[in-house]
Order: sequence, then C-alpha cells, then structure tokens
Amino acid sequence: MKNSFYLLFALLVPLALAQQLAPDVLVKSISEEVVAILKKDKDIQAGDTKKAADLIEAKIVPHFNFIRMTRIAMARNWRLASPEQQKILADEFKTLLVRTYSTAISNYRDQQIDYKPLRAKPEDTEVTVRSEVKPSGSSQPVSIDYEMEKTPNGWKVYDVKVGGVSLVTTYRDTFASEVRENGVEGLIKSLAAKNRQPERSKAGKA
Amino acid sequence: MVKAKRLCAVLLLAGTSAGCATSGGNPADPLEPLNRAVFGFNDAADRAVIKPVARAYRAVLPGTVRTGVSNFFSNLEDIWISMNDVLQGKFQHGVDDLGRFLFNSTFGIAGIFDFASELGFPKHNEDFGQTLGSWGVGSGAYLVLPILGPSTIRDGFGLLLDTQADLVFQIDGVPVHNSLYATRAIGARANLLDASSVIEQAALDKYAFVRDAWLQRRRNLVYDGDPPREREEPDDESTK
Repeated sequence: MKNSFYLLFALLVPLALAQQLAPDVLVKSISEEVVAILKKDKDIQAGDTKKAADLIEAKIVPHFNFIRMTRIAMARNWRLASPEQQKILADEFKTLLVRTYSTAISNYRDQQIDYKPLRAKPEDTEVTVRSEVKPSGSSQPVSIDYEMEKTPNGWKVYDVKVGGVSLVTTYRDTFASEVRENGVEGLIKSLAAKNRQPERSKAGKA
Repeated sequence: MVKAKRLCAVLLLAGTSAGCATSGGNPADPLEPLNRAVFGFNDAADRAVIKPVARAYRAVLPGTVRTGVSNFFSNLEDIWISMNDVLQGKFQHGVDDLGRFLFNSTFGIAGIFDFASELGFPKHNEDFGQTLGSWGVGSGAYLVLPILGPSTIRDGFGLLLDTQADLVFQIDGVPVHNSLYATRAIGARANLLDASSVIEQAALDKYAFVRDAWLQRRRNLVYDGDPPREREEPDDESTK
C-alpha cells in the first residue's frame, strides 16, 4: 500500500521537480520507486538481468555522473585519453556498472532499507547520503553511501560505497595496470570485451 | 629477491610503506605473485567444493533455519567482540555486546534468535586485527591465506588470536568442533553466494578487484564506518 503510494508519487514527479529535490529525498524516492517495481516483477526476481538493466537505465542512470566516475577511476591516466576516448571509456564503464547492478538487484528480496538523516549545510554542493540495508541471513546491516554533487540538472551521484567499499576506486588499480600494460586503447578493449560476455545467469539459484 | 620482499613486508608492517612498491599494481601488495597463486588455488577449491556445498545448503534448508544457524555462530562471537571493544576503549559497546551475548544465549535460545538487535542493540563487527589497527598498527602487506582468503599481515596475526579465543575452538572432541567449523564455514559461504555472483560480473581482474575492495573494507572497519577521507588523486578533477 505504502509502496504503491510512493510509486504513484514517483511517477507523477516530473523531471523538472527532480532537479530541485534535496539529495536525500531524491535517493529515497528513486530507491523506493525501484524497490516497488522489483517486488512486483517476477521476471527480474527469476533472474532476468536484461530486464533489470532496462529498469536501471530508465530510472537510475539519469541520476549518475558517469564522466566523473570514470575520471575518478582513471585517476591520472584520464589525461592520457583523448576526448573521444574519454567518452567511450565513460560509456563502457557505465555499461559495466549497469550490468553489475542488474546482477545485484535481481538478488533483491525483502531487505529493509533505512535512510540516515542528512548531515549537510544548505549551501553544500557535495554531500553523502547514507543508508543501511539488512541482508537476509545475517543480522548485521550493510551501509550504502551515495556521494553526490549539485549540478544545474539536479543532484547527481558520482560514487556509491557499499560497506565502505567504493564502487569507483575499487577499479583504480585494475584500470591503472591495464593502461600501463596496453595503453588507453587496451583498457577500452578489455572493458568492451567484458561487456560483450553473456550476462551471468543468476548464481544464487541452486 | 625474496629477502627484499620479506624486508619490504616487515617495513610495511611497521607502517613505513615508503619505497616498497614493486613492479605490480598496488604498493600494498608486494607479495602479489605469491598471493595470486594462493588466490587461484582458493578459487579452484571454491568452485569445485565449497560453493556447490553452500548452494546445496541454501537449497535444502529454509531461510529461517539458515538464519538460526548463522545467528547461533554469530552469538558465540559476541564475547570476543565485546573484549575487542574494551581493548579499543569502546566501553559502552563492550557492555552492550556482552549484554547481547547474555540476552541472546538465554532468551534467544542459545543464540538462535537475535532478539537483542531487534531491541536496539545492533551487532558490531570487531576482531583482533581491527584492535591492532585502532592501536595504530598499519595493515602491512596484503596476504591471501589458503582457504581463509584475503587478509593482511596484521590481520593474519589478529586471526591467530581470534582463533584461540573462538568458543568453537574450546570445545573438546575433534569430530565435534570440526563439524561445527564446517557448518559455520558453509553457512557463511551460503550468505555470500549473491555477493560473489556480483563480483564475478563486476571484475575485469577478479584478484585485483577483491584485493582493493578488501583493503578498503578493512580500513572502513578499523574506523568503524567513518574513515578519514583519502587524499584525492591530484589529477582527478583536472579535465572537469
């Protein structure tokens, strides 16, 4: 009941309004919207990662800044890439993260998500939105933190930290050693190859 | 060469990481070739035996039973967690965690139910490696242990003590405590089945991905979820 209310609410919120939403309100409304869809979607629950990826593309991707994420993951090697390569890199990295996330959310069941109060000043342009998820089979909650920046198009996420582990910086060493060995082109090739691999079937299924 | 690396590891352990970077990627991983070999072995053992057993375990037992098993072992850890709280000067957590153990062991029927969490006494994550970290001991070189997986030199030492303090270890009778160990390990692996499928999808180089995630995770735990911000790479923002 509550969820369908949020779903209705989220559908009615035009994008123009999303641009003015406070960062914590934005994160909460998007995740509640997505969770409501997940709970109803039997295909995604059965492991249809393609459908999960479409959902992520439509609902979540518009609120992320993939250029900045890629730049952080590339660190000093970002400058070695031409503007054209930077665009391709950001695109491939986005695809990789969307596919990873679609594997993760197809495992979603009834885990409870709690949002922490936002600790930020009104004039801040970079904030951390904190939340906690209780995974099934364990009583210890896992923190999920969203690093966000204010842009003219509303607040955008540029990093997600799960249990303190950054989705973006975890790739730094991998990217750096790939560039060191095979150059920027080599990194693009290996990202593209990874993205062409067939989606993994749901591993949780026994 | 080996000697140089060992010296390197000792220096890293002492917290002076300067000048120890070898040809590999991460300066925190001077033992990379050795670690990769052990990681490969662990991965093969996981695929061949551990993961299939964990999957069967998850398929056969209903969720409530699995949670009960996981809670039972988790409850036994709370005493040692409480001692580590005290060693780190977190006395309130120490009292709470001892309270969790006493409460869950009795009202929670030998720890099968974690009522204390529901009453607002959340489980804490502590071990002796984190205690050493809170005392200012650097993590030292990254180390992949056979079967046990990712660790560091500091956390490996910590684990030796954790094992001695493990209540399951105190139980007499090798068959009993071996089967308890096995059940605990399989249960823990079953809880990670979803996470490991995500890693398979995420990683370009699984070894490096697990290492870098693990090192961040341990740092986060030492600082109880609120680590000081790491320096940003100087060129992160140059082409904004």
